[in-house]
Amino acid sequence: MSIFVNGDTRLCVQGITGRDGAFHTKGMIDYGTNVVCGVTPGKGGQSVHGVPVFDTVADAVRETGANASITFVPARFGAHAIIEAAEAGVDLVVAISEGIPTLDVAKVYQRLGELGTRMIGPNCPGVISPGKAKVGIMPGWIHAPGPVGVVSRSGTLTYEVVDQLRRNGLGQSTVLGIGGDPIIGTNFIDALTAYETDPQTEVIVLIGEIGGTDEEQAAQFVTEHLDKPVVSFIAGRTAPPGKRMGHAGAIIAGGRGTAQEKIEALSEAGIPVADRPSDIPGLIAAALGRK
Amino acid sequence: MKIHEHQAMEIFAQYGLPVSGFDVATSPADARAAAERRGGSVVVKAQVHVGGRGKAGGVKLARDADEAERYAESILGMDIKGLTVEKIVVAEAVDIDREYYIGIVVDRATKKPVYMVSSEGGVDIEEVARETPEKIHKHSIDPERGLSDVEAAELAAKIESDPRVAAQVADAILRLYAAFVGSDASLAEINPLVVTADGIVRAIDAKMNIDDNALYRHEDIAAMRDASTETVELTKARELGLSFVKLDGNVGCLVNGAGLAMTTMDLIKQHGGEPANFLDIGGSSNPEKVAIALEIITSDPKVRSILINIFGGITRCDDVARGLAHALERTASDVPIVVRLTGTNEEEARRVLAEHDLVTADTMDEAVEKAVVLAGRDS
Repeated sequence: MSIFVNGDTRLCVQGITGRDGAFHTKGMIDYGTNVVCGVTPGKGGQSVHGVPVFDTVADAVRETGANASITFVPARFGAHAIIEAAEAGVDLVVAISEGIPTLDVAKVYQRLGELGTRMIGPNCPGVISPGKAKVGIMPGWIHAPGPVGVVSRSGTLTYEVVDQLRRNGLGQSTVLGIGGDPIIGTNFIDALTAYETDPQTEVIVLIGEIGGTDEEQAAQFVTEHLDKPVVSFIAGRTAPPGKRMGHAGAIIAGGRGTAQEKIEALSEAGIPVADRPSDIPGLIAAALGRK
Repeated sequence: MKIHEHQAMEIFAQYGLPVSGFDVATSPADARAAAERRGGSVVVKAQVHVGGRGKAGGVKLARDADEAERYAESILGMDIKGLTVEKIVVAEAVDIDREYYIGIVVDRATKKPVYMVSSEGGVDIEEVARETPEKIHKHSIDPERGLSDVEAAELAAKIESDPRVAAQVADAILRLYAAFVGSDASLAEINPLVVTADGIVRAIDAKMNIDDNALYRHEDIAAMRDASTETVELTKARELGLSFVKLDGNVGCLVNGAGLAMTTMDLIKQHGGEPANFLDIGGSSNPEKVAIALEIITSDPKVRSILINIFGGITRCDDVARGLAHALERTASDVPIVVRLTGTNEEEARRVLAEHDLVTADTMDEAVEKAVVLAGRDS
C-alpha cells in the first residue's frame, strides 16, 4: 500500500508543454508513473514525450480516464487550473505552482471541499510512492520502497531527509510534500490520518518549519489519535522574527510560529525531534526497534 | 509586502472608510503648513514599518501649528527599532470618546479570512489576545460568499450598544473587508476605530500587509513599495525572484529551497559558526540568477566563506554549476567556496565545475563543517 498515489494513478499533467511541465513529465514517465494525458489550452492535438495533449482537463479526463492531476501552470492561472481539474472529476490535484494568491487558494480549498477532491500543495514538490508512482518533481532515484512514511512542508529538505534514509537502507511507503504556503490543501493531520491506516507504513517522519501552528496541532493529534511512532525535524531555529524565509508561510509573526514552540509541542507529545537531518535515520531505527 | 499607514489610509478612503483628514510631510515646514490647513490641532505620526511606534515616541498630539512643527522636527530622522523615520503623517485630531479594534487576517488553520473585533481599541491587540482573549470576538468568513450585512451588524453589536453608532461600525466593518479582499491583503486593521464625543465613527489608524503573490494584479499597490526601507542587495534579490534575508554572521549561504536553506543556517550555528544570510535561489534556477546571488553574498565584507548547498529536483544541478562557473569567471572574490550539489543532473554539474578551485563535499554535514572551519580561519 501507500497513500494518495499508487499503481492505479492515471495522471494528467496541466501545463505539459511548458519547460518545467515537459521536463518533469519525462521524469515521471521514466519513473514508471502512468501519465495518460496533458493539458495546455490551445495546444490540444499535440503530444509531449508521447503523451497526448488536450485543450481542457474535461476533454483529457473523458478521453483517457485520468484520476489525478498535477499542475505546472504559471501562478496567475494556478487557481483556475486546480478548480478546472477538480470539476473535471479527478480525485487528487497536486499543485506544484508557487505564488498563487492566498485568497485564491482559500476559495479553491473551499470549492474542492464541495467537490470532494483532495489538493496537495500548492507550492509543493508533490508526492511519490516509491516503486509505484511519482507525481511530482522530486528526484526519483533517491527513493526506495519501504516502511517509512514521510510528510514535509519543504521540498529540497525532504530530498535531503530521504537521501539520508536511502543511505541507511530505510525505504518509504510514500513521501509527501504538503507545501510551503499559508493555506494548503492537505496538512500534517490529513497525512498522519492516512499513514495511520496504511498497512505499509510502520513509522512516520514529520518535517516542519517555522510559521503557523500546524506542527503543534499535529503533535496534539498524535497524542490523541495515533498508534504508529512519529519522529520529526523542524527547520528554522536560527530564523529571525518577522522575516519571510522563502516560503510564503515560513514567518514568525507576532512572536508566534517559532521553531522552539514547535519543538516543545512535539517533545511534549513524546515525538523525538532530530537536531539535524542526519540524526533522523537513528531515530527511525529506534522507533522501529521499540515496536 | 508592508505598506505605510498613510498608504493604507489612502486605500481605506478609496473604499469609503471614514478616514480622518491627513497630509504626508517630510519636513517640519510641511508639517506646520499641514497643521495650519487642518485647523491647528493635529496628530503627528512617524511612518515606519514596525509596531510600537507610539511607545517609542513616534506619535504626538500637537495643540497648534508651532507644536506640530516642533514634533515633526523631533520625529523626522528618529530611529525606531533600527528604522529611520523619513516621513510623517499629520492628521486632524479627533475628540475621542471610545476606541475599538477591527481587523482581518487570513487564518491558516481554518483556511479562511477571520474577522476580529474588540472593544479594547488603541492598545496592542496581541497583548489583548494574550491577557484577555475573551475581549476579542472572532468570526470566520466564507471566502466565496464574502461578508454579509447581517454578519457585519452582528459583529458591530458585540462592541457597540448604541444602535446609531453600531450602524456606522457595521458599515466600517463591511468596507474594511471590501478593502482587504480588493487589495489581496494578508492583514487589514484599524486600531483604533474611534467614536467621537458626538457619536461619529472615524478610522484614525490604518494598517495593511499585502500578499506578495497577488501584487501582479495590483500595480498601484506594488508601486507603493518604499525602496528606502530596502538595501540595494535586497532589491536586487527581490527583482530576480530570490529570497534573501541578511543576517549577522560570516558564513554566506546559497541554497535551493526554503526548508533546506533554513536547515543549512541551523547546522552552521550547531557547528559553532554564524550564518551571514538566508538565500533561497528557488526552483527552475537559471545560471544568471545563481551568478547574481553569489555577487549579493560576496558584497557583504563580513563573509569569510560561502556554502553552496543544492539538492536538485526542479532545480537542475548543472544550471547551478554553470551559474557558479560564470560568476567565478567574472568576480575577483577570493572568499573560499564549499560546494555540495546532489540530485537532478549532478554528474553534468560535476563536469562543469571540475576545472574550478572549489572545496567539494558529499553531504550537508560535511559541507557545513568545512565552511565553518574556513570562515574561522585567520586570513
